[in-house]
Amino acid sequence: MGAFASYTLIGLFTGAAYSIAASGLVLTYSTTRIFNVAHGALGMVFAFVYWDFSQRQGLPTWLSLVLVLLVVAPVGGVLLQRIFVSGLDDAPVSVSLVVTVGLLVGLIGVATQVWPPAARSVPEFFAGHVVSFGDVVVTWHQLITIAASGVVAGGLHLLLTRTRAGTAMRASVDNPGLLELYGGRPHLAGALAWAIGTSLAALAGILLTPVIGLQYYDLTLLVISAYAAAMLGRLTSLPLTFAGGMALGLAQSYAVGYLPGGGDLAGLRAVVPTLFLFAVIVLMPQSPLRVGQVRGIVAARVPRMRSAGGWGLGLVILVIALSFLLQPGSMLLVGTAATYGIVMLSLVLLTGYGGHVSLAQFSFAGVGALAYAKLDDPNLLGLFLAALTASLVGALVAIPVLRLTGLYLALATLAFAELMDKLVFQSSFAFGLNGTLAASRMSVLGRRIEGTGSYTVLMAVFFVLVALVVLVVRRGRLGRVLIAARDSETACSTLGLDLRWLRVGMFAGSAGIAGLAGALYAGLRQTVGASDFGFFTSLLLLLMAVVWGVTSVTGAALGGVFLAYLPVVQADHQALAGLALVVLGFGAVALGRDPNGLANRLFVLGRWASRTLEREWTRRFPGTMLPPGQGHGPDMGAEEVTADVVAGS
Amino acid sequence: MSLLAVEDLVVRFGGVTAVDHASFEVGPGTLTGLIGPNGAGKTTCFDVITGLQRPTSGRIRFRGRDITRSPAHKRAHLGFGRTFQRLEAFGSLSVRDNVRVALDIGDGVRGLFRPPVDDVDHLLARVGIADYADRRADSVPTGVARLLDLARALASRTSVLLLDEPSSGLDERETAGLGALLRELVAEGRTVLMVEHDMDLVMSVCDGITVLDHGVVIAAGTPAEVRADPLVQQAYLGHCDEGAGTETTSEIEPVTETIPTVRP
Repeated sequence: MGAFASYTLIGLFTGAAYSIAASGLVLTYSTTRIFNVAHGALGMVFAFVYWDFSQRQGLPTWLSLVLVLLVVAPVGGVLLQRIFVSGLDDAPVSVSLVVTVGLLVGLIGVATQVWPPAARSVPEFFAGHVVSFGDVVVTWHQLITIAASGVVAGGLHLLLTRTRAGTAMRASVDNPGLLELYGGRPHLAGALAWAIGTSLAALAGILLTPVIGLQYYDLTLLVISAYAAAMLGRLTSLPLTFAGGMALGLAQSYAVGYLPGGGDLAGLRAVVPTLFLFAVIVLMPQSPLRVGQVRGIVAARVPRMRSAGGWGLGLVILVIALSFLLQPGSMLLVGTAATYGIVMLSLVLLTGYGGHVSLAQFSFAGVGALAYAKLDDPNLLGLFLAALTASLVGALVAIPVLRLTGLYLALATLAFAELMDKLVFQSSFAFGLNGTLAASRMSVLGRRIEGTGSYTVLMAVFFVLVALVVLVVRRGRLGRVLIAARDSETACSTLGLDLRWLRVGMFAGSAGIAGLAGALYAGLRQTVGASDFGFFTSLLLLLMAVVWGVTSVTGAALGGVFLAYLPVVQADHQALAGLALVVLGFGAVALGRDPNGLANRLFVLGRWASRTLEREWTRRFPGTMLPPGQGHGPDMGAEEVTADVVAGS
Repeated sequence: MSLLAVEDLVVRFGGVTAVDHASFEVGPGTLTGLIGPNGAGKTTCFDVITGLQRPTSGRIRFRGRDITRSPAHKRAHLGFGRTFQRLEAFGSLSVRDNVRVALDIGDGVRGLFRPPVDDVDHLLARVGIADYADRRADSVPTGVARLLDLARALASRTSVLLLDEPSSGLDERETAGLGALLRELVAEGRTVLMVEHDMDLVMSVCDGITVLDHGVVIAAGTPAEVRADPLVQQAYLGHCDEGAGTETTSEIEPVTETIPTVRP
């Protein structure tokens, strides 16, 4: 009985902290319609700031708390809202998700840069003081946390129902335009919500730090618990959110207490919040389709197949040349770039054309790699089967959330990635706990491709083939339907399109491509483990894809190269490891609104250069024409933005 | 027998009742107007009929069959098509491709693997926007986008067409053309239900009119009957007296002109 009471108490303590974090998330979402994926990362950064004040600089605890919760965090929240997220409420969910994922990665980068990894600890409040109820010992810290959640709940209720500011915050959700008409200022309401929300994230982070430690990733991923609690409240109801937070805290504590600590189910305890999130999302009611305005995305123009084929051939020739010039170690890196490039192609299909965000592409790649590694004598058929396995898993992720759109689908992929990371990949039938699997190189038409150089060339060939397939899809009728469904799901459904199966198909196709990449990667590396397909890499992949352009295959190629070199750069310059994440994260925040990314700017530049060249040519040699094929810039330079030229026509 | 029947329909959003026990019928091969002041629940009725909005209670019957719970895409296969008050064009595609997509979707999965060579320009010409075929749909004027919405609904071989304020954004000449086109569509055997604020257009082309006010059907009948109905006058003139927003006044003017004498 004593043990049960203790577990209940610990559950209430964690639940209280989850509730505080989740209520901040609900407040920002319900006021500004931005789902802040970086909510946990904010809590993490401000927990570090609190450590800095109270431990490093030695300020009194109360002063550090006041400074963080009432000054630094609220100001930070307002700045974030002003600089990064205002104006996103009209943007598609995919854009606001990318921006906040960018924020998450950028904040982790900031924390790593400012506070490099070291052993740090934050003591509990009034450490050592305890209260005993019979044989149950309660620390003051736990009591304070539970009390704080009550204060937050009561305070938010009063704020929203009894104050003008609260009324304005509630009104700005329903109709910011109308609020403005009646003299309210929706931007102020949004700023206030972000100030309070960020402060609550900070409070939750500070309260939990003594228990889970001052870690970059653990604190950031706390947000999954907050998501789960907030989802139970359907992102709007604060009482349900608090109930969700408490229920989750209890469930997790009982899981720690009563689930077996060893065997394949050992990971189960760590993924209780994730399972909870997945369950809540699956049980969400059908989301209504949004009837909106004419919406269009100016996308990179689709290149003609002939020029795309020419450039693909050029790429393969380049890789062949590299295979003669570079050491096998460097060729491994080129092969990795090809892997990442192919995974990015899967995002071109899903995000660039389809408008859906997946935070789990590397988990699909991991499924492909796992299936490949289990093969005895891999060949093209085995590769196909590995990709097919990943694609079935992709469909399995999408089917439970068939009825849901945008945000929920993305969160379901996040829950899936977390499950694969902590539970499936670690188990003995997969890679094993911190283990690896051996994989052999593939044979093509009976000939084994043994050398690293030639295997890398093979991967480049696959990149080009997949890119061509993606382009063929985009140019055809299916591509047109994908674009139409991205622009207006409502119109598509009234024209007779079953969006649910289109979504499942897209996820399956995209997961299949990622799985192919994973299988090829397994063959390249010859040993693969769970750490190769971590959840965080999927976030980096999404950001890199957006920065380089998620609407063009060129963007995928460039993004793949840069993603492959990112860890190399980080390893070579330890001091700048965090900075690299900062650049990537905030780069995505800055470029997130334009899904065409840097690749498209290159197309525009190439176009401009070729026009200038042409003009110069005709000026110097009047009466002659530039040799054909020279006058139109680089291949994908034909993929340039024009408002009145239409993609695919 | 009616083709489409709305039976005792109720739609509530939170505390607001948008449609309040409304019932009306649409006969096959007719052009029916659905009129009423702003906020009367007309568009909500359309959303329920086309499956975008689930009703709080009540039924929708099509050819006698209860379709209340069938999803939007299945109703499209039954022959429903609609346009939107707030436009829903595919902004990234050209005007021509907007119409082609309707064919792509109508052809189903097998169609996706056929070559894209559909000639849809006759549809664009029919609604009068052939000149805009190559423009991006998010770059055309509102009136063109509205007609594009119509062309797209026609492309998917609809037999029941629901038009939400088709004449708004059109000039007088285009509105006259629209009226003629609507009669043609009905003559070809289609059934048209239309929400419309231009009373001259409604009175001149509709076979029957249903009047909604605050979610309640207050009158139904031929244009002449509706025009003479005292409740209709009260609903419209009442709003006029309150001096509501300019939009309300402008949509009421034609009615007040047509029914000045019957006032009790």
